[in-house]
Amino acid sequence: MKNCEYQQIDPQALSTPTPTPTQPPRPAVEEEKEEERARRKWEVFPGKNRFYCDGRFIVAQQSGVLPLTLGLILVTTVLFFVFDCPFLVKHLTVFIPAIGGVLFVFAVISLLHTSFTDPGILPRATPDEAADIEKQIDNSGSSTYRPPPRTKEVMINEQVVKLKYCFTCKIFRPPRTSHCSLCDNCVERFDHHCPWVGNCVGKRNYRFFYTFIVSLSFLTAFIFGCVATHLALRAQGGRGLMFALQENPARYPFTKTLFWSILGLSGFHTYLVASNLTTNEDIKGSWSGKSGAEDTANPYSYNNIITNCCSVLCGPMPPSLIDRRGFVPVEESSQTVATEIELPMLAAKNEINVEDNCLDFAVSCAG
Amino acid sequence: MAETHSLQDMRQQAAIAAKVFIQRDYTSGTVCHFQTKFPSELENRIDKQQFEETVRTLNNLYAEAEKLGGSSYLEGCLACLTAYTIFLCMETHYEKVLKKIAKFIQEQNDKIYAPRGLLLTDPIERGLRVVEVTIFEDRSLGR
Repeated sequence: MKNCEYQQIDPQALSTPTPTPTQPPRPAVEEEKEEERARRKWEVFPGKNRFYCDGRFIVAQQSGVLPLTLGLILVTTVLFFVFDCPFLVKHLTVFIPAIGGVLFVFAVISLLHTSFTDPGILPRATPDEAADIEKQIDNSGSSTYRPPPRTKEVMINEQVVKLKYCFTCKIFRPPRTSHCSLCDNCVERFDHHCPWVGNCVGKRNYRFFYTFIVSLSFLTAFIFGCVATHLALRAQGGRGLMFALQENPARYPFTKTLFWSILGLSGFHTYLVASNLTTNEDIKGSWSGKSGAEDTANPYSYNNIITNCCSVLCGPMPPSLIDRRGFVPVEESSQTVATEIELPMLAAKNEINVEDNCLDFAVSCAG
Repeated sequence: MAETHSLQDMRQQAAIAAKVFIQRDYTSGTVCHFQTKFPSELENRIDKQQFEETVRTLNNLYAEAEKLGGSSYLEGCLACLTAYTIFLCMETHYEKVLKKIAKFIQEQNDKIYAPRGLLLTDPIERGLRVVEVTIFEDRSLGR
């Protein structure tokens, strides 16, 4: 016979969970909703990202400058089509707007891919994983040399690499992974957070980013060249360069500035791709020996420019690890939320206990 | 008498005794490779060789997914030429191998691990960080 201890059953407890007084409830989470419909994982995503089209597109929290980027590209190209194309088609060739159009479409599609693709976000550790890691950290450190707490050293291609523990995500960050404070996520092969594209640039979208800046360089170079040709042809036409410049809006200096800054960025990233480095590693000087350590070489480089380029740009496309559109499993949904607070798990257990006790009481009364 | 459990029965009825996490092995770089060291908690549950064989096969499958070679370069170049719109219609090589891995883990669970009261979780569900092995309570001894 089971333990038929009588417990006062609060009818309120059966419908709503009893709150634990210790921690404040998170306003966005409503446990009643979870029981009504299955939620997709993007809805309970802990990082500071925004999702569109039911989790298909992901951007950073502040995507403020992305419309400006799109606007600048659009305005420059439209002005080019309106002012330069008619003249150049008449005097040169009809392929000018065609090439311009192709480059424009390429640049915009690459930009949208960069902005809306998951850069390689690592999902946060489950509570069991985090507990296991904590246990391992506590157990280790018995040797004479004690490394600083919350770091782990691994040997990669005969190079010592320190892995840091991420307090937010509760994992030891894999090599080349960094935590982006703007997005509040650990991103694999973290390059940088780009405000112009409104997203982090990491393992999964670096190739899109590189394609974007290279195609944009070609586009601005093309427009720059066409504008210069247009002005030269007009100046030749008899009235001189000054009159030609006056006739046309001052796109020439504007395009020139854009061109040199984007060309510079493309050049820098081409160097990074060829040496299999990230912006983050280059700035910190991880492999150039700036930190005063002995000969440190990049352990990830294949020591061959072509292989490096191919592996970074044409390598296999890794999958998204956060599974935005997957459904939150019903029995785990309260656990994933409880990474932050204990409220739903305890409340669920209380509910079950109350029901069991209710049943036991009824049985004992009847029998 | 040892009771053989089916996967469904285990998930519904059995209580979780412990979870073991097989961590990643980064000695060859950032490729997905799990440590083959046999965890002590599984000593009385499964044969060491069998477990190491499972992890080794998993590692080989991930290596196949991330292999740099002619076909992956071709896929990458084709994708670049189509401004990556091809990813919207075509399944990548990596995704195909992930399906193979999911099937492999399902098979391993059904044939080897579930009868011993263990459950392997597909690493993709843990962000490719760990292979989670759930150890269920051995109820066949209790009742």
